[in-house]
Amino acid sequence: MSDVTHEGSSGTAPPPDNSWRQRYWKKNLRLMVVLLAIWFTVSFGFGIILIEPLNNIEILGFPLGLWFAQQGSIYTFVILILVYALWMDRIDNEFGVSERKGTGETA
Amino acid sequence: MNLNSMEFWTFFFLILTFGMYMTIAWRSRVKETKEFYVASQGVPTIANGAAVAADWMSAASFIGMAGMIAFLGSDGSVYLMGWTGGYVLLALLLAPYLRKWGKFTVPEFVGDRYNDTVRVVAAICAIVISFTYVVGQMTGGGVVFARFLGLEAHWAVIVAAVVIFFYAVLGGMKGITYTQVAQYTVLIIAYLIPAVAVSQTIGGFPVPQVTYGTILAELDALRTEFGLDRFTEAFAGRDGGQLDVFLVTLSLMLGTAGLPHVIIRFYTTKTVRGARFSAFWALFFISLLYLTAPAVGAFTKLNLLQGAQGATADELPAWIEPWADAGYVTLNVDDGSIDSVSNVAASGADLIVSNDILVLASPEISGLPAPIIGLMAAGGMAAALSTAAGLLLVISSAASHDIYYRMISKEAASEKTQMLVGRLAMTAAVIIAIFAGLNPPAFVAQVVAFAFGLAASTFFPILILGIFWKKANAKGAAAGMLTGLLFSSGYMIYTLELFGTQANEHLFNISPEGIGALGAVLNFAVTVTVSNLTRPPSVEVQEMVESIRYPAPQQLKAAGKL
Repeated sequence: MSDVTHEGSSGTAPPPDNSWRQRYWKKNLRLMVVLLAIWFTVSFGFGIILIEPLNNIEILGFPLGLWFAQQGSIYTFVILILVYALWMDRIDNEFGVSERKGTGETA
Repeated sequence: MNLNSMEFWTFFFLILTFGMYMTIAWRSRVKETKEFYVASQGVPTIANGAAVAADWMSAASFIGMAGMIAFLGSDGSVYLMGWTGGYVLLALLLAPYLRKWGKFTVPEFVGDRYNDTVRVVAAICAIVISFTYVVGQMTGGGVVFARFLGLEAHWAVIVAAVVIFFYAVLGGMKGITYTQVAQYTVLIIAYLIPAVAVSQTIGGFPVPQVTYGTILAELDALRTEFGLDRFTEAFAGRDGGQLDVFLVTLSLMLGTAGLPHVIIRFYTTKTVRGARFSAFWALFFISLLYLTAPAVGAFTKLNLLQGAQGATADELPAWIEPWADAGYVTLNVDDGSIDSVSNVAASGADLIVSNDILVLASPEISGLPAPIIGLMAAGGMAAALSTAAGLLLVISSAASHDIYYRMISKEAASEKTQMLVGRLAMTAAVIIAIFAGLNPPAFVAQVVAFAFGLAASTFFPILILGIFWKKANAKGAAAGMLTGLLFSSGYMIYTLELFGTQANEHLFNISPEGIGALGAVLNFAVTVTVSNLTRPPSVEVQEMVESIRYPAPQQLKAAGKL
């Protein structure tokens, strides 16, 4: 997915006072790429590509590869989404684009 | 087990839960079009997350998945990872931006971002994908009624359809959202109680996610004895091996992220931030069931094999007999004892067990009392009803909002007319689904793969490019969607016996379930190429794409610090 997420190439250069937009977007994209790399490594990497070598390691009865494929990847997915939501809160606040003061939603 | 008391408790829980859903739907019935489709964006994030979870977990997740894992073993992970990993893509790449765009439906986003032609193509795809699912829910509801109430199959499907119809048509999105919260509660309780009990009985500790590891060695040994592949052996359950497992997982993930009835949910939150947290709560609630399913599969399989090992027909565990009476278990014990077990009817094994019964039988396996079995039936119905209602809403909004309002009656459609068209579309969908459910097509399982493959190869790429690439244009999107659609459906028709066509060998060992991933790659490539060769979208559209990146206008006070 990261190969299509390039940005800033629009024909209309943003006005100077909007330079925060590019910095905001870049931070968002960097966070996304890191989280998606983990997403891929754990599910497709550990759960499919490397499942057979990992199955030689056994923890509490689970061959490790099988554990990643049926349990570990799902735990990771849940945590990734939580990290993204929390981290984006911080970035939104940093750039003053948070919706919380205006509409007062609490999660 | 006293059959009469089981029937009593099944009736009790079904009527109790139906009454609850209907009350909620009636109390929150709506009159405005916007309320009907997106509940005024006034749904709290946790509630919305639970609703997404109920919407998502269908009869297949609740009734069928653990059974599939029991027979597929390690490779059951394609469903576990495929149907959860897509939420990461949804949460990071789609939900917040589509929420910021702030329109009713996926076809509407596509219409704004590209043009009205692409919108109609998207609306038709949405209707086809959703309808195939509705049929699956009706059949799923039928299994529950037929087994637990002894209803005749035809009546079971009709009763399920009538109930779905009532609260979907009366309630709209707001009614459905709170009904689905109730349904999630019912289905997760129904799923976890027997799972915890089985874990305690067989594994000696009430956390199934931990204990199923301890029985894997025993299960592997038993499976070897029955001539089956070991449960823990990777790539044994599917003919296509590692590549196929990879592609099927990817197809299911991309399809999950592109399914219209899931995406529409994220418009019901108040804010972009709410959409992000809704996605988190949704996957959190879904994971409670998905992390338990492989354990249920392993435990019930162990119980089944232990009971069947060298047994004669009379010595089988007691829970098997009523399922045999209902036609879901077949015995061929001419030589006295049972030496082979399968889930494939054509395998000629001594004991043939349908995937669909292992979860519903789990309370009986662990010897739980009749009320729990009744609760299980209510849980299965909750899963089928909630998903069907969400799907009907997509069908109705696509028909009224995207096709009727835009294409047929451009100026004159009043709110009232649109609501009427939406409800008529729902009615038509239910009636057609009843007929399809009454004559269950043999290929229901394949049709589900069809729906995922289509969502992956049509919607996912053009949504991603529409958000992240300003130069993606209408010609590119139309070409990309059509390429993905033709490629994926072409391969499915080539390899499956659909609509009377001949089934051919899989090419390069790629199963039709996995083709959606390749269709998506093709769609990406075509959309990018055609967009580059033709005129970029207007400055206004590019500015709209820019604006969805920021949740709110920048507040000057905060900006001053930068």
